[in-house]
Amino acid sequence: MTNTIADIETADVILVTGSNTTENHPVLSAFIKRATLKDKTLIVVDPRKIKLTEHAQKWLRPQLGTDIAWINGLMHVIIKEDLHDKEFINNRTEGFDQVLEIIKKYTPTYVEDITGIPANDIIETARLFAKADKASICYCMGITQHTCGTDNVKSLANLSMLCGHLGKAGGGVNPLRGQNNVQGACDMGGLPNVFTAYQKVDDPSAIKKYETVWGVTGLSNKPGLPVTEMIHKAEQGNFKSLYIIGENPLVSDPDLNHAEKAFKNLEFLVVQDIFLTETAQIADVVLPSFCFAEKDGTFSNTERRVQRVRKAVEAPGFAREDWEITCEIATRMGTPMHYGSPSEIFEEIRKVTPSYAGINWNRIENGGIHWPCPTVDHPGTPILHTAQFTRGKGLFHAIEHQPPAELPDAEYPFMLTTGRILYHYHTGSMTMKSEGLNSLSPECFVEISPNDAAKLDINNGEMVDVFSRRGKIKAKLAISSKAVDGTIFIPFHFAKAAANRLTNAKLDPVAKIPEFKVCAITIQKAA
Amino acid sequence: MSKENIITIDNKQFTFEPGETILEVAQKNNIFIPTLCHLKGATPTGACRVCVVEVKGARDIVPSCSTPASPGMLVRSESPAVIKARKNIIQLMLASGHHNCAIRDFEPDDWTSFHLKVLKDDNYNELCPVWGDCRLQDLAYRYQVTTKALPLSAPNYPMETVNPFIIRDFSRCILCGRCVQACREIQVNNAIDFGYRGAKAKIVAGTDVLLKDSDCVFCGECVQVCPVGALVPKETFQNKRRFEKTEKVRTTCSYCGVGCQIDLTVQNNKIVQINGAEAEPNHGSLCVKGRYGYDFVASKDRLTTPLIRKDGNLEEATWDEALNLVATKFADIKAKHGADTMGVLTSARVTNEDNYIAQKFTRAVLQTNNIDHCARL
Ligand code: SF4
Ligand code: SF4
Ligand code: SF4
Repeated sequence: MTNTIADIETADVILVTGSNTTENHPVLSAFIKRATLKDKTLIVVDPRKIKLTEHAQKWLRPQLGTDIAWINGLMHVIIKEDLHDKEFINNRTEGFDQVLEIIKKYTPTYVEDITGIPANDIIETARLFAKADKASICYCMGITQHTCGTDNVKSLANLSMLCGHLGKAGGGVNPLRGQNNVQGACDMGGLPNVFTAYQKVDDPSAIKKYETVWGVTGLSNKPGLPVTEMIHKAEQGNFKSLYIIGENPLVSDPDLNHAEKAFKNLEFLVVQDIFLTETAQIADVVLPSFCFAEKDGTFSNTERRVQRVRKAVEAPGFAREDWEITCEIATRMGTPMHYGSPSEIFEEIRKVTPSYAGINWNRIENGGIHWPCPTVDHPGTPILHTAQFTRGKGLFHAIEHQPPAELPDAEYPFMLTTGRILYHYHTGSMTMKSEGLNSLSPECFVEISPNDAAKLDINNGEMVDVFSRRGKIKAKLAISSKAVDGTIFIPFHFAKAAANRLTNAKLDPVAKIPEFKVCAITIQKAA
Repeated sequence: MSKENIITIDNKQFTFEPGETILEVAQKNNIFIPTLCHLKGATPTGACRVCVVEVKGARDIVPSCSTPASPGMLVRSESPAVIKARKNIIQLMLASGHHNCAIRDFEPDDWTSFHLKVLKDDNYNELCPVWGDCRLQDLAYRYQVTTKALPLSAPNYPMETVNPFIIRDFSRCILCGRCVQACREIQVNNAIDFGYRGAKAKIVAGTDVLLKDSDCVFCGECVQVCPVGALVPKETFQNKRRFEKTEKVRTTCSYCGVGCQIDLTVQNNKIVQINGAEAEPNHGSLCVKGRYGYDFVASKDRLTTPLIRKDGNLEEATWDEALNLVATKFADIKAKHGADTMGVLTSARVTNEDNYIAQKFTRAVLQTNNIDHCARL
C-alpha cells in the first residue's frame, strides 16, 4: 500500500474495487465502514453485491473483465469537466498527453456499452472522486487476477494521479495483500527477477554486492521463471525438481488438472510444510516445519509495516524451523549456511536490503516500522511518494480496454469468478482444522442469482455439476442476493470441489498472474 | 494552550484540550475513575453511571464520561456522595442475575442453593467462568458492596450456546451496551442492539434470533469488551485448568495481510485463547480467523517427522536420511540437467527470515533465479 491502514479512515472518498474486504481483510474493512459512519463517501465497484455495498453510497457493477473501460470512463469525464489536478500533473508526472488521446473515445455511453454501468453513474462517480480533497483507492485480486491485471493496476494509478490523490495522507493507491506475508516474500526476493528490495538480478552492481556479502561467486544474471511457467515447463517434461516451502499449489493453482500432471512429471519434488497437504501427498520427500506460533521472526504486512512474530509454544515431534531446514540442505550440498538465530538472519537482510537497513529487532520490539527505513534514526515511511515517485516523475500509461481471454458462449453461458470467504483461508490447510470454522462454512458452494437459478430450474441446496473447458466439479447451489445475473461465484478453498479445476491458466503477460477472475462455465443438476 | 483550560480534580490542577471529558482528563493523569459502559473510540452513552463524580456548583453528581471539562471546574473523584452512588449502582447490578463469584455476601444456606442453581443453569462445575477477570467483581470488591438484604432474581432469558465460538449468558448481562457499541461503532457489523424495554431488556441479535442466524460474523469484538461474564468465549468454558499458570505472548496474526497484533494466552504449551492487542494496526480488533482459528497449531494432523517415498508410499524417515537424500538428488539433477531445470517455491506464509534464506539457497546454492511464491495466486 502507498498509505497506511489507519490512513484510509481519513479519506473523504474511498473507492474500493475488486476487493471483498469484509471477508478477506475484515479488520481493514472496519476502517472503511467506520469512515462511512463519519459521513465519508464509499464507492464500491464490484461485479458482486458484496457486503460492503450495504455501506456504500454508490455501487457500480461492471461486467467481469471490463475494469480498464470504467476507469478510462471516469478519466474521460474528469478531464471533460476540467476537474483534474493540473498542478500535480505538471509538476509530478509525465506521459499525460498520450492518456488524453486515448480516453477521448471512452465517453460515458461508450463505457456503458462495454461495462454495463449506467452512463450517469460513471459521471457522478467521476465527480465524487475528483472533487474530493483526499480520495483513497483500495483494490485486491479482483483487479490483478486478469490477463490485463498489470494494465488494470496502471489504470488505477492513472486515475489517482489525474486527481492528485497520490503522495498525501488520506489518498493513495492501496493494494490489499492477501496472505499474511506476501509483502515480505516479495521484499525478501522471493521472485524470479529480483533480489531483496527489488534489486534486479541482472544488475551487475547488485550481483557484486550479493556475492560479497554471501561469500560466493557465479550468481546467475538470468531472470528466473515464475511459478506458472515452471509448471508449464514441467508439463512438457523440461523441468526436473521443485522445492516447495509452505505452499499448496495443488489447490491454489489455475487449471488444476494440468498442474497435477505437471507436478507428477517432475523427477524430484520436495515439500516442506506443517500438514500433509494435497501437494505434499505427491511429494518424494516431505519435511515437517514450524508454524507461526512456534517461531521467532518478522512478517511485513500490507502497509509495509515490519512486525515481530514471537515463539509461544514448542513445535510437535521432530519438526524444525523452515530456515534451519533450508540451511541444512545447503550445507549438505557443500555450501555451508549457518545462523545462530533468526535475528542473525535479519542482520544479514539489513546489509543487502536498503529499505530494511534501518530496522532491527530492538526497534520493532513494541511496534512495527514501515519500510523504506534506510537508517536506524529514520522513523520509517508510512506514506510513499510524498515528495517524488520512486522513478522521479509519475508515469501515465495510455491503456485500451481488452476483453478477457474467455467469454461466455452458447456452450458455456455463465461467467465464473473465484475468491475467498470469511471463514476459510487460502487452501484451507489451517482453517479446515478448526471445528468451529468448519461448522460455520462446511463445504464448497456455487453462488448464483435467484433469476439464473429459476432459469435452470434448480433449487437452493441442490447438488450441481459445473463444467468449464478444462474440468468439472460438483458442489451445492447457493442462491444469493450477492450474485448478479449471468455471473457465478465459487470459493477456491475446497480441495474436494476445487474451483481451480475450472479456471483458466491464461496469464497476464507482465505479472504472469493467471486469469482466476473470469472464465466461461455451464451448470446442470448433478447427475 | 490557553490559560483558562485548567480543571481541578481532587485539589490538583490539570490542563485539558477543548472537548475533552472529565474522564479523559482524569485517565490521562492517572486518576482512577471506574467505568463499565465506557468504550474507547465509541460515543459515550452514560448508561451505567458508575463513573459519576462530584462537580462543585452542579446540582447533582454527573457522569464523567459524557461531561466535558470546562475552565475552572472543581471535581471530586471519590467524595462520600460519589462513593454512595457507585455502591448503589454496583449493588443493583450484582443483585440481578447469576453473579456467583462469592462476592455477594449471602447467608450460608442462601448461597448454597443459589450457587447450586447457577451451576445447573451454566452446566459448568465452577464459579463464574470469568471469575477474577470481571470488572463488576473488581468494583464490588473495591467498594465492599454487599447484597445480603436484596432478593435473588431469576434470569429472564436462557443461555445461548448454539454457535461454535461465543456463549451469551443473559443472566450475567448488566446491559452496559459496550457490546452493542463494539459491534456497531467499532466493527460496524450491526449485528446486535438493545431490544425490549424495562425489566425485559435484552441485547438482541437481529430480530432476536440466534447469533449464528444473524448478521454476526463472529469477530468477537463484543466478547473482548464485555466487562462481565455475559459474553464468554466457548473456549473458556472448555478449559478445565482456568486457574493454572498462563503466559501471554504478543505476536502477529498469520492469516491475512492486515497483520493484526494478537496476544496469545498459552498454558501447558498450548494456545488457549487469542485476544486482539491494543496496538497498531488493529487496536484490539480481530476477525473470526485471527481470534478463533488457531486449532491447527495443536492439531493431531501436524507433520512430526520427515517422510520419504519408498515403493510408492510416503514412509517415516530420520532427518539425516531425508536431508541427505534431498541434497544428493538436488546435486545430481543440477549436474545432469542444469540449475535452470530446478526451482523453489517459497511462501507468503513463512517469515521474512525464512524467505530470505530460501532465495539465498536458490541463488547461491542451486545457482538459478527460478524462485517464486504464490502471491500472484
Ligand atoms: S461477534 Fe462481532 S459481529 Fe458478532 S455480535 Fe459480536 S461484535 Fe457483532
Ligand atoms: S453482554 Fe456484556 S457488554 Fe453487552 S450489555 Fe451485557 S454486560 Fe454489557
Ligand atoms: S485477525 Fe483477521 S483481519 Fe486481522 S490479520 Fe488476522 S485474518 Fe487478517
